[in-house]
Amino acid sequence: MKHKLMIGVLFVLFGMSSLWAQTEPVEADSAVVDSTELYPAPVSHLRATDKPNDHGHAIVVEWETSADDGGGKNNVVLYQVFRSMSFDGPFDSVGTAPAGEGRFEDIGSKDRSSSSFIPDDTDLFYQIDAVTADPAIRTPSDILDPVQSSGQWFNTGRVPVLVAVLIFGLLTGIFVTSAKRGRELYVRPIGGIEAVDDAIGRATEMGRPILYVLGLGTAADVATIASFTILSRVAKRVAEYQTELIVPTYDPIVMSVAQEVVKSSYFDAGRPEDYKEECVFFVTQSQFAYVAAVNGIMLREFPATNVYMGKFYAESLLLAETGSLAGSIQISGTDEIAQIPFFIVACDYTLIGEELYAASAYLGREPKLLGSLKAQDWAKAAVVVLAIVGLVAANFGWLEFPTLFRVID
Amino acid sequence: MQTFEKLMKLDRRWVYLLLIIVCVWSYIADFTVPILVEPEVRSIHSFIDSLPEGDIVMIAIDYDPNNLAELHPMTYAMVEHCWRNKVKTIFTSLSQNGPGMCDQALRDLTDSMALDREYNGVEYKGREIVNGIDYCFLGYKPYFAIVILGMGQDFRLPFPTDYYGTPLDSIPMMKGVINYGQCACVIDISGGNITDAWISYGQGRFGFPLALGLTGVMTAQYYPYLGSGQVFGIMGGLLGAAQYEELADNPGRAKDGMRVQLFAHMVIILFIVMGNVGYFASRRRLKQEGRA
Amino acid sequence: MRRQIPFALVFIFGIFMVFQYFVPHETSEWAYEFLLDWIIVIGIFALALGIWSLFKVSVEKIKLGKEGAKYSYLTLVGLYLMVAFGFTQQTGGSLGFGYFVWIVLCSACIVALMRLRAVSDSGAKRMWGMVSLVTLVAAVLVAIFDDAWAFFLYTPEGLQNSMFRTFFDYVMMPILATMFSLLAFYIASAAYRAFRARNVLASLLLIAALLVMSRFNPFIPGAEYVAKASNWLMNVPNLAAQRAIVIGIGLGIVATALKVILGIERGYMGKG
Repeated sequence: MKHKLMIGVLFVLFGMSSLWAQTEPVEADSAVVDSTELYPAPVSHLRATDKPNDHGHAIVVEWETSADDGGGKNNVVLYQVFRSMSFDGPFDSVGTAPAGEGRFEDIGSKDRSSSSFIPDDTDLFYQIDAVTADPAIRTPSDILDPVQSSGQWFNTGRVPVLVAVLIFGLLTGIFVTSAKRGRELYVRPIGGIEAVDDAIGRATEMGRPILYVLGLGTAADVATIASFTILSRVAKRVAEYQTELIVPTYDPIVMSVAQEVVKSSYFDAGRPEDYKEECVFFVTQSQFAYVAAVNGIMLREFPATNVYMGKFYAESLLLAETGSLAGSIQISGTDEIAQIPFFIVACDYTLIGEELYAASAYLGREPKLLGSLKAQDWAKAAVVVLAIVGLVAANFGWLEFPTLFRVID
Repeated sequence: MQTFEKLMKLDRRWVYLLLIIVCVWSYIADFTVPILVEPEVRSIHSFIDSLPEGDIVMIAIDYDPNNLAELHPMTYAMVEHCWRNKVKTIFTSLSQNGPGMCDQALRDLTDSMALDREYNGVEYKGREIVNGIDYCFLGYKPYFAIVILGMGQDFRLPFPTDYYGTPLDSIPMMKGVINYGQCACVIDISGGNITDAWISYGQGRFGFPLALGLTGVMTAQYYPYLGSGQVFGIMGGLLGAAQYEELADNPGRAKDGMRVQLFAHMVIILFIVMGNVGYFASRRRLKQEGRA
Repeated sequence: MRRQIPFALVFIFGIFMVFQYFVPHETSEWAYEFLLDWIIVIGIFALALGIWSLFKVSVEKIKLGKEGAKYSYLTLVGLYLMVAFGFTQQTGGSLGFGYFVWIVLCSACIVALMRLRAVSDSGAKRMWGMVSLVTLVAAVLVAIFDDAWAFFLYTPEGLQNSMFRTFFDYVMMPILATMFSLLAFYIASAAYRAFRARNVLASLLLIAALLVMSRFNPFIPGAEYVAKASNWLMNVPNLAAQRAIVIGIGLGIVATALKVILGIERGYMGKG
């Protein structure tokens, strides 16, 4: 009996202890963190708008950065932007913005076959994920209301340019009208242009040709266009004096235009039969090969006068020094600032910068051309005044003034 | 006094002769010239250094063989800097002979990249540079202004294929790369008028960061753009190339060339001084004769 | 009418391009890109025109026996060579001896044709005619039967042609680099001639030139101050002067462009 009682007590004691052993399992690691604490706060105030002043196919997405970006948990490393054409998805990643950044420009291609094509006038849905160093740990934002991209018909960022063009056009109109009415417009003497006639006369007396170099520009360059005007003047004088003219060209289109210019000048001078098409010829479109060819012409033909008018680059000194060696009188004009010093040093007369553009007005003395020259001078004066006003404004902290002239692209 | 007049009217061939002798001697002699780095070159180097791996830099090789001496070393130093930092490059050539220059540089640089090197105390393991993965060479098209504008819309507009005839869409590194917007910056290395087009049509229209590598003669002309912020760096001439090599710790032809340039300048200064001495002495003599 | 149409075209397209700058819409962009494509097309045709002009002038020089006619032979042969190298490429391991024979035969044919045009004597004409015919036939036969190389009119293969590369790397590049390096000597002689302190302004120019040239010269005394002065010169007065000239040129460009668009400036059409 006693044995049975003892076994029974022991059994109860064992049972009770094993019951306790079955109670709440003890957690193995009491330091395990709640996983939701790893996730950063989402971005807020998400907004998307059509990118302004563009051809469409672009959306600007902006947001307020996550509270855990630079503060809080400080675990946001970037924002990933997703886009979809429907609210329910699927959403594709279109790019990322670094932490601290609250703006992303989703610029797509306008080419329908491109993988980055964004259609215009179509609902687009955006969502931003705040991403941590572990890309799997991220918090998406709410899906934004649909937004559509479209192209604009006027670039408002370029209004200052439009205003400047209109004002300049108006000034030109005023002065041209004024000149047509007979008002005398003074243009200061430009030595280089006045010397052209004397130089042509010199060539005729010496029985040597005139070399006219149009430079390395294309027919679209304004310096080359200005050079055509001077060439027509030179060609007309050359036709009258029956001197030889040599015009080697760098660009084939310039060659075609120059041939027409010289031919017309010969016609105007009443000597169409003297015109030879070979006097204007194409050489090469390689800069120093062209220079080598022109230098060769100078040292074989020994022209009495060299005229360099147009766009020149590093070859300017090579041409001018060789011309000096050949004993030619040299007149040059270019708008390439870096080459002006070389021409000044090596040539007898130099037209500096805008003097080349003024040549057409100076030579022709037409009211319309003189009027536009005056407008140019007034515009320059206006720029000087605005620069001084801007300087004063910046010094006195009135920064709104410079922003009036800012061109935003 | 006749000596002074001779000084003033020296035959130019004496100038050429002395210049040749000094240039040849300074090239053969083995010594280094200390290079002081300018902020405008350092800004380019720092910009490329700051780029993460995988970023893309567009490099326009817009020069011809005539500018080889000044501009080729710039290209070599900069491209190797990019590739060592695993920055990808897109090349284009808007000058006629530019593709040949670019092709030559690519061949030489891919050989150089295969070797282990140490720059600025950092060891770089040699690696294979693969066309289409590490770089893409778009090639040449005429009328550079039009090409620059076209690339601002989409590289595929002026260049549907690369220089070697591969369609751009099938080039791995060009996936998702549409236009300048996907490039960290554009660096134009040019010896002529193409730079103006990059500034006005490229940077002016599309607003990307633009740096320039220019010949010495052109450099002064582009400082206004540096001042206005349209351009963030300029490497000017052989000196600019030598400064970049100094920063990249990659001495090459530019640093060798600086020896020659230094002494050539000293010869020119000598002749200028001689000419002025002769001029002032002649003027004094004429004044004295006038009084007498 | 002959003048009115070009002026009308210039006006229409000029005004369109001005307005296009302010209109970013896709339609405007499409028109702009369309015009840009056409500019390239016109440029390519103009290039053909230019090459024809060069060819004609060279042939005329040879025909008239002018001084320097030998350079015209070189021009034509050089033009032919680079075109030939650019349009051909090896099909196997190397170009082979036949390729060089073909090059020589074609060059000889060109020279013979030029001589045919140049000589007036009928006997000499017959001789050169025979030579040109024989060399032409031989060149065609070599081109047909030699399998080591072929014509590749699509340029990428031609640009890999080893002869094209050789001529570019070892002929063209050194020649062009040499031409540019002539500048160093010309600058020296021009500086010697021009940098004289004749008056105050010339003296300022002289001092500025000396400072900038001595910029990074470590051997002169006070090199650090010279470098600083030179940097100041480049970044302040130079910058100011350049900006002023750039503004003037910019306004000049706008004025000239406006004159061209409105038909006020007609020099490019041939009327002064």
